[in-house]
Amino acid sequence: MLGLELSFIWAGIIAFAVLVYVILDGFDLGVGILFPFAKDERERDVMMNSVAPIWDGNETWLVLGGGGLFAVFPLAYAVVMPALYVPIIAMLLALIFRGVAFEYRWRTVRWKRLWDWAFFGGSLVAGLSQGIALGALVQGIEVENRAYAGGWFDWFTPFSLLTGLAVATGYALLGATWCNMKLEGRVQEHMRRLARPLALATLGFLGLVSLFTPLQDAVYAERWFRWPTMVWSLAVPVLVALAAWRLWRGLEQGDDRAPFLCALGFFVLGFVGIGISFYPMMVPPELTIVEAAAPDESLLFTLVGTVVMVPIILAYTAYTYWVFRGKIDPDEGYH
Amino acid sequence: MLTAEILARIQFAFTVSFHIIFPAFSIGLASYLAVLNGLWLRTKDETYLTLFNHWKKIFAVAFGMGVVSGIVMSYQFGTNWSVFSDRAGPVVGPLMAYEVLTAFFLEAGFLGIMLFGRKRVGDGLHMFATAMVAFGTLLSATWILSVNSWMQTPAGFSIGENGQFLPEDWWAIVFNPSFPYRLVHMVLAAYLTTALVVAGAAGWHLLRDRTNPATRRMFSMATGMILVVAPIQIIAGDMHGLNTLEHQPVKVMAMEGHFESHPEGAPLILFGLPDQEAQQMRWSVEIPKLSSLILKHSLDAPLDGLDTVPYEDQPPVAIVFWSFRVMVTLGMLMLGLGLWSLWARYKGRLYDWPALHRAALAMGPAGFVAVLAGWITTEVGRQPYTVYGHLRTSESLSPLDASAVASSLVAFIVVYFFVFGAGTFYLLRMMSLPPGTERMGLRDGPIRTAGITPGLAEDPRERSD
Ligand code: HDD
Ligand code: HEM
Ligand code: HEM
Repeated sequence: MLGLELSFIWAGIIAFAVLVYVILDGFDLGVGILFPFAKDERERDVMMNSVAPIWDGNETWLVLGGGGLFAVFPLAYAVVMPALYVPIIAMLLALIFRGVAFEYRWRTVRWKRLWDWAFFGGSLVAGLSQGIALGALVQGIEVENRAYAGGWFDWFTPFSLLTGLAVATGYALLGATWCNMKLEGRVQEHMRRLARPLALATLGFLGLVSLFTPLQDAVYAERWFRWPTMVWSLAVPVLVALAAWRLWRGLEQGDDRAPFLCALGFFVLGFVGIGISFYPMMVPPELTIVEAAAPDESLLFTLVGTVVMVPIILAYTAYTYWVFRGKIDPDEGYH
Repeated sequence: MLTAEILARIQFAFTVSFHIIFPAFSIGLASYLAVLNGLWLRTKDETYLTLFNHWKKIFAVAFGMGVVSGIVMSYQFGTNWSVFSDRAGPVVGPLMAYEVLTAFFLEAGFLGIMLFGRKRVGDGLHMFATAMVAFGTLLSATWILSVNSWMQTPAGFSIGENGQFLPEDWWAIVFNPSFPYRLVHMVLAAYLTTALVVAGAAGWHLLRDRTNPATRRMFSMATGMILVVAPIQIIAGDMHGLNTLEHQPVKVMAMEGHFESHPEGAPLILFGLPDQEAQQMRWSVEIPKLSSLILKHSLDAPLDGLDTVPYEDQPPVAIVFWSFRVMVTLGMLMLGLGLWSLWARYKGRLYDWPALHRAALAMGPAGFVAVLAGWITTEVGRQPYTVYGHLRTSESLSPLDASAVASSLVAFIVVYFFVFGAGTFYLLRMMSLPPGTERMGLRDGPIRTAGITPGLAEDPRERSD
């Protein structure tokens, strides 16, 4: 009984960590994806400076997602990682390029352009591989005897490529609206203009992915059109439309904050949708949350620390954002 | 024959060896920076601020490399060692989750303020952030070493029906028998490594200019640190070895190169060529009975050898034997450097003894080599197990094709040499500039006026750091 509740609490916490990761690192990966659209070096400098003090904290949520999975759903971790071998390794390598670019590009004149490209390429590939991993998970993973039973290219399907593009485009939208919020002058104008096609593309992808998801597994369709989750399936399109309208108006009127918040809204809504499709599975189609969970002792021991630490982490993360609030001063320079 | 197992082991060894280089430096440097900043606030001596700003930039680059190589590590357990992850996850997973929750977030959260925020938050909070970063690196070392030590000397668990290790007693798991020794030895190693790098950089500058007060301060602080820490490290290493003898005697047999049992006092083999096939040591140079004296504190104490261990349960002896000797030799050389600097200080020649400065420069990378040698001793000596005595390495592997592991290994090798090679070059270039060099010799911030940066010397307090 207790075990049952604990594993569901944990599924919720892991989902929360992944969501926080997606919305936080999403915008700073997005800034990287938009790098080639900057007009000159000075624009790239301020774009990067707008995320330089916070990106590391954002990325730590990814470590929590992976580390948390290892701790409380070791079986899921052990099955998913080999199944998604290629996208995961690609993501890790991409994160290396983009992570070091923050410091490297200030340490060289000759190769600065190279690290600009590393920042762009790393961000793009990381976004794509995260989306592909998501799509592959939705398609389902073959499990036998507590182990992954498929081949090392099973993840590669039109559907996973679609989700890859969807996530990368969504990140770019987050990045554009973030720049609109944090920057001033020509580069802000420019990013605001870019946000419109990106918003349309993101909405298009959201629609396509929702259309094709029920086809991946009949169970998904059933979950979507079953009481009481049906309320939600009806509400999501309405809420997305509302967010889209507000985002558009915000861009037209030159709002700083609204477009960014609405873009975050897209991700939250999409994420909840995936949650509905999955529940009560941990790794569809075979592994349930309860089956994948570690023994109660592990769940409880980790829960104590999580309940204490996550609010503290959120508090000092918020404080950091507050310290670096407001528009970026282009003359403030690097440390 | 390159099986998936061998490839995965090479991949783990390769990525973790790169990773450990950066923490070994950044743990020590974070503490050094906290001390420098504290001294600057206390004394208002500009030299400390100059040094803080100088090493802070170096720290930022090294820390970035540590973070990205660390993320690879935390996912690699799942990608390459999924059976290990499934089995040992309930025990080691929570410890690693605690590392993320208490340490990684702390470092990452306050790093931004430490690097970019002095002007925004004021000196007091900036000091707090700097201290939190240093504290975070130490906490991180604590948790990950608890994990690693549990794999060496597992305790506080039972084995479930599905083959999983089930936690029984968290206290016993976290404070497993080898953990305190390993933690002390590793943190001291990080401090030594950093002190050697700082001393090496200072030595380089002193050879060119003996008058710069910042370099002089650097050299004095770093050599003082080496003098204090090196002997403690040797004592800690000795105690660590005694602990290992108690819990992993086979590893010690390999470190000592004892193929044979010695019922009446074992010799200390200084050098030799281990031949594991033939189970004997060739060309050995030995001191009779000394090994028994060191390990058992008695000349005639009996010591078992590898002849008591089945061949398939022996670790690769030659690697362990040699890496251990590399570490110990370097430890002794570090002690020597510390004592020499003490002598120079006593003679009043600390800043004008080029031979000493050259020696310090030569020893600059010694800490990294010793750290790697130490880890190789520890990890290879644990073979053929991942969880000592309970889970074999050959049983820990993911169900992957060798071709998959081979491709990712090649990708890691290419990317690591390129990316971390460039980073190492930048680090060395920064260290080769005297502290206080304006903008590390480069155009460092945004271009202010149409691409022309005025090369004016600025007051350090006015700078944008
Ligand atoms: C949390 C666990 C953990 C930690 C902190 C470390 N290792 Fe380890 N190491 C393993 C867990 C492990 C492992 C998963 O158990 C491996 C993989 C294959 C194996 O044989 O053990 C291993 C193997 C392994 C090997 C290959 C041994 C062989 O195949 O013969 C080397 C050289 C190292 N490690 C080196 C290191 C270094 C330099 C570390 C410093 C950071 C380190 N390890 C920390
Ligand atoms: C194989 C085991 C290891 C794993 C899985 C691992 C995992 C990680 C991860 C995920 C990060 C990045 C954290 C971030 O985003 O800030 C990291 C950085 C770090 N690791 Fe490791 N690590 C391992 C070994 C070690 C060891 C043995 C030590 C110390 C003794 C250590 C100390 C650190 C420190 C201090 C950092 C902070 C970044 C830095 O200083 O460069 N790690 N590690
Ligand atoms: C000269 C005296 C030294 C002695 C007697 C000594 C002893 C040892 C022993 C016995 C181990 C293996 C423990 C085990 O696996 O169970 C070890 C590991 C290690 N040593 Fe040393 N050591 C010495 C110097 C150094 C120095 C100077 C450094 C680095 C600056 C260093 C860094 C390490 C590291 C990083 C490990 C692996 C982590 C660990 O197991 O603690 N050692 N040392």
